[in-house]
Formats: sequence, structure tokens, C-alpha cells
Amino acid sequence: MDNLNNLMQGFADVMAPLNLLLALVGVVIGTAVGVLPGIGPAMTVALLLPITYGMEPVQAFIMFAGIFYGGMYGGSTTSILLNTPGESSSVVTAIEGNKMAKAGRAAQALATAAIGSFVAGTIGTLLLVLITPFVVDFAVSLGSPDYFALMLLSFIAVTSVLGSSRIRGFISLLLGLTIGLVGIDTVSGQQRLTLGVPQLADGIDVVVVAVGIFAVGEALWVAAHLRRKPAEVIPVGRPWMGRQDWKRSWKPWLRGTAFGFPFGALPAGGAEIPTFLSYATEKRLTKHPEQFGKGAIEGVAGPEAANNASAAGTLVPMLAIGLPTNATAAVMLAAFQSYGIQPGPLLFEREASLVWVLIASLFIGNLLLLLLNLPLAPAWAKLLQIPRPYLYAGILFFATMGAYAVNAQPLDLFILLTLGLLGFAMRRFGLPVLPLIVGVILGPRAELQGRRSLQLSGGELSGLLGGPVSYTVYTVVAVVLLWPLIRRFVVRPLRARSAA
Amino acid sequence: MTILVGYVPSPEGEAALRAAIDEARRREEKLLVVNTTRGDALADPRFAQEPDLSHVREDLAALGIDFDIRQVLGARDAAEEIIDLAETKGASLVVIGLRRRSAVGKLIMGSAAQQILLSVGCPVLAVKAEG
Repeated sequence: MDNLNNLMQGFADVMAPLNLLLALVGVVIGTAVGVLPGIGPAMTVALLLPITYGMEPVQAFIMFAGIFYGGMYGGSTTSILLNTPGESSSVVTAIEGNKMAKAGRAAQALATAAIGSFVAGTIGTLLLVLITPFVVDFAVSLGSPDYFALMLLSFIAVTSVLGSSRIRGFISLLLGLTIGLVGIDTVSGQQRLTLGVPQLADGIDVVVVAVGIFAVGEALWVAAHLRRKPAEVIPVGRPWMGRQDWKRSWKPWLRGTAFGFPFGALPAGGAEIPTFLSYATEKRLTKHPEQFGKGAIEGVAGPEAANNASAAGTLVPMLAIGLPTNATAAVMLAAFQSYGIQPGPLLFEREASLVWVLIASLFIGNLLLLLLNLPLAPAWAKLLQIPRPYLYAGILFFATMGAYAVNAQPLDLFILLTLGLLGFAMRRFGLPVLPLIVGVILGPRAELQGRRSLQLSGGELSGLLGGPVSYTVYTVVAVVLLWPLIRRFVVRPLRARSAA
Repeated sequence: MTILVGYVPSPEGEAALRAAIDEARRREEKLLVVNTTRGDALADPRFAQEPDLSHVREDLAALGIDFDIRQVLGARDAAEEIIDLAETKGASLVVIGLRRRSAVGKLIMGSAAQQILLSVGCPVLAVKAEG
């Protein structure tokens, strides 16, 4: 009950006019960047980080929470109307959603996506309230070796479970870990990778890295691919649903939520896998199989709910353990650190009011999003007509200003540009950016925990094996790493035998 | 000789196309339908999509007009594109649609119609949408 009291206190704090206004600003920006392909919540939070330095942390996080949830809503609009997913998590929505729109049912598709997102977001946030304290209790009992193991799992998971190519994932992770190494070694005081530049002794600011990779890299990439045939936008009126649509939507919403939340909460979850699973499930369970592939409403309702529920799930490991599972959570983690707040189990004790205001603002943001999205969907679609040079000029301006504002060092601008070129090259060669950003943020923390465990054990490698938690985690890591071999030598012969 | 018409899938564009068809039949000349986009936005309502184009194609074919449809995806303004094409094709007439613009809009964005009217060598027929 203590949690519910805390949550109520959180609601009371959010209700201040300024906080409500910031929540509104957050969801508006979030929806806008969600609608625009290529600009995501992670990039936006990174761009806004330096601007929010003057605010109270609580206010900044209310806004970030709005951007995070808003991005998930907005992505579906472009998927449905344009067949261009705004976010990777709404790729599946495009399959049925665009077909529905082409068949003249765009209004219903948008409605089921928005209401489904609301239902899933609300249930997901409730689950977050109920589950996080248990995870925190568990996380408090973890020692340094266990944390090290969990972070290792996180590295392995973002590189080899998500994305298409493990090698590309590992290249990206190594780039991130290398960037994270720059600076003074906290144990020995030696300078690492500073190239004799005194300003690099403090390391490269995570904000500069995030802005460089997400914003500058994307802007350069778009500049290189600017001219393209405009896509056809399907005109739409105000979203609404008939009785039949409600009847066909509510079960997929709940099932999608059930898929999305646990996957979001896992260290390698993300939103892509549960949306695919939800789509496959709805396709199997539907009473209208003939409509799948031609615009079935279940195929929009389920994945959209899964997508938003996973967004809520992502916050569980982020708040309770300090592990990010997607790019936005990674940047929000960087935001915590830049306010001098250490994410992890102690967050709920030391910054209880901050956490509960953040969670309460998720509920508020979710409601605002529903109110904002249902009547305004056609207006959001208009955003796609903005000429992209204007858009990206603005982004580059913000990126440069933000990177300079962090430390007021001209050197940061050169680093920003270099990282922007790196981000461009990564897009060119198909390297995922998530492992890099996770490497930059978690790398130094993993090093800290790893070395702490080794110091405690007097340099014995066995010190890294702390207890049952780390045994389990290392087993999972081994299975994930060896999976291709396991599949080849164990699963396939078994299948062949059962087939024969 | 060729009649060039700047086509946009909108009431003004349709009016321009109808006027151009009338002229092409009266003069018995070839009709060149031009539709352009800068291609730098993700969606451009002034860029004719396939349903619009096939509609235009059917209409023109049914009327037995010798025509060509050209879609230009380029860095330049529609006005510059039309001015250049009129020059290279030696157009005898350019047909464009006009729409009402606010003073501020004209000040900021400029007027494509004005640019074409002043720069094209041949006569220009400017048509307003009905109603």
C-alpha cells in the first residue's frame, strides 16, 4: 500500500500547472517526432537534454516521459497513412494498418491504434507500479559481480538478439565501449585514449555522443538521400470505431499488452519482438483469417498495444537496476547521470518523489496522448509535408547548440562532428546504433563493477562469479552466444530425427 | 509545336488541364503535362500519384489528343522547371492554374505563377479554379 500512497503523492505533485504544461509539451513533441520517420524519441531527448539543465530534474523527466510515450503513439500514424513506419516498433502496424487505410478504413485503424495504445500504456504503467518494487528488493541484494554479469548480459543481448547481424552488433558495441573508455582511469589515475588533449581527460560527454550519433548522423544520412519520390498520404477524417471494431479490438489489445510488457522488461526485449509475436498470434486466433494481409483490424490493435506496453516495461529495468533496453531508455539514463542521480535500486529510496512523479506523469501523459491523438490525427499527418531541409537544419542547430552548452568547450563541437560522421558511416554500413549508445553508457559502469569485484577478491578471477544470480546470467550469456552452434548441432539433428 | 500545362492534383490544376485540353484540340497541337516535386518532404500533396495520373492518361487518350506526361523529381522550383521545359520544347503556349494566396504567403514563398508569367517567352494562359 505504501507504493499506492507514494503514487498518489506523485499525482498530487504532477498536478501543478507548470508540470502539466511540461507533460503536454512532452507529448506534443513526442507525437511529432514519432510521426516523422528518422527522428525518434531517443534523438529528441538527447537534443533536449542540454536545454533542460536549467530545469528541476522532476520537470525534465515529466517532459521526457511524455516524449517517450508520445513517440510510441506517433509512429503508428505514419505506418497507417504512409506505409512508412515512424519507428522500428511500428513496422508491424504498417502491414495491416496501411492496407486498412487503402481500403478506406484509415479512421478505424488510427482509432484502434490510439485507444489500444492508451489501454496498453495504462495497464503497462500499472504493472510497472506493482512490479518495480519487487525488482528493486531483488536488485538491492545484488553485489558487484552480479551487476557486472547483468551488464554483460545487457551488452550481449543488445548486440546478438536484436538486429540482423551479430558481427555488426559487436562492431557497434566495441565502438561504444571505446568511446566510453576515453578519460582518466578512476582506479589508477592514468589517462586513457586522451591523445594528450587535456579536455578529453574528463571523458567524452554522453550527451555529445548521443547527439552526434543520433542527430548529426541522421541529418547527414538524410542529406545524402534527400531527393526521393514523395509517398502517397491517404487522406483521413477524424478517427472513430464502430461497435464491430470494438468487439474485434479489445482482445488483441489485452493480448498485445501481455506480450509487450514482459519483453520490454527483459534486458534484450525491445518492442520489435513482441509486436511480431502479437501479430502472429492475432493472425492465428482471428475469426476473420481471410482479412489478414488485406487490412484486418486485429493486426493493428495487437501490435500497437504490444508496442506501448513494452515501452512501459522498458522502464522497469531502467528504474530498478539502471539497465537500459532501448535507445530512449539509454538516453534517459544518461539524463539521470547528468543530474547526478545514480539510477539503480537506491533510486527509489533516495529520489522517491522524483520516481513517483515520473510514474504518475506517465499516466497523465498517456491520457493526454489519447485526447490529443484521436481528434488531431489528420493534423499530425500534415507534418510529413514539411520540407526536410528545414527540419534537419533545425535539428543541426539544436545539436550544435546543445553539444556546446554541455561544457562550453569548442572542442566538443569537433567531437560532435566526428561522431556525426561516425553515425553516418554506421548507417551507411548497416551498423545498429543501439549497441554503441548502450556501450558508452553502461561501459564505464560495467568496468567499475567488474573492477570492484576483482578488488574484493584480490585479483582472483573467481571474484567475478558472485553467486546464483551471476551463475544464471552467465549461463544465459553462454547460451545466447553459442546459440548458432547449439541450433546446428543439437536442435536440428533432433528435429531431423523426429521428422524421420 | 507543343502546349505545356503545369498539372497539380487540385481544383486549380484540373482547371488548367481542362483549358489546356481545349486549346490543344483547337490548335491541333501536342500536349505536354508537367508535374513536379522538389522531393525533399516525405509527402507532397502537389505531386500527382498514380491514381491521378492514370485518370489524366485515360481522359486524354479518350479525347484522342497526342500527349506526353512528364514528372520531374528535382531540386528546383516548379516554376523554374516549367520555364526551362517551355524553352527547350519550344512551347507555343503555357497553361497554369492560379490559386488565391495570402499577401504574407506570397511575401515569404514567392509566387510561382508570377515567375512563370514574367519569364516564359511564349503566351501564358492562367486559369482559376471554378467556384
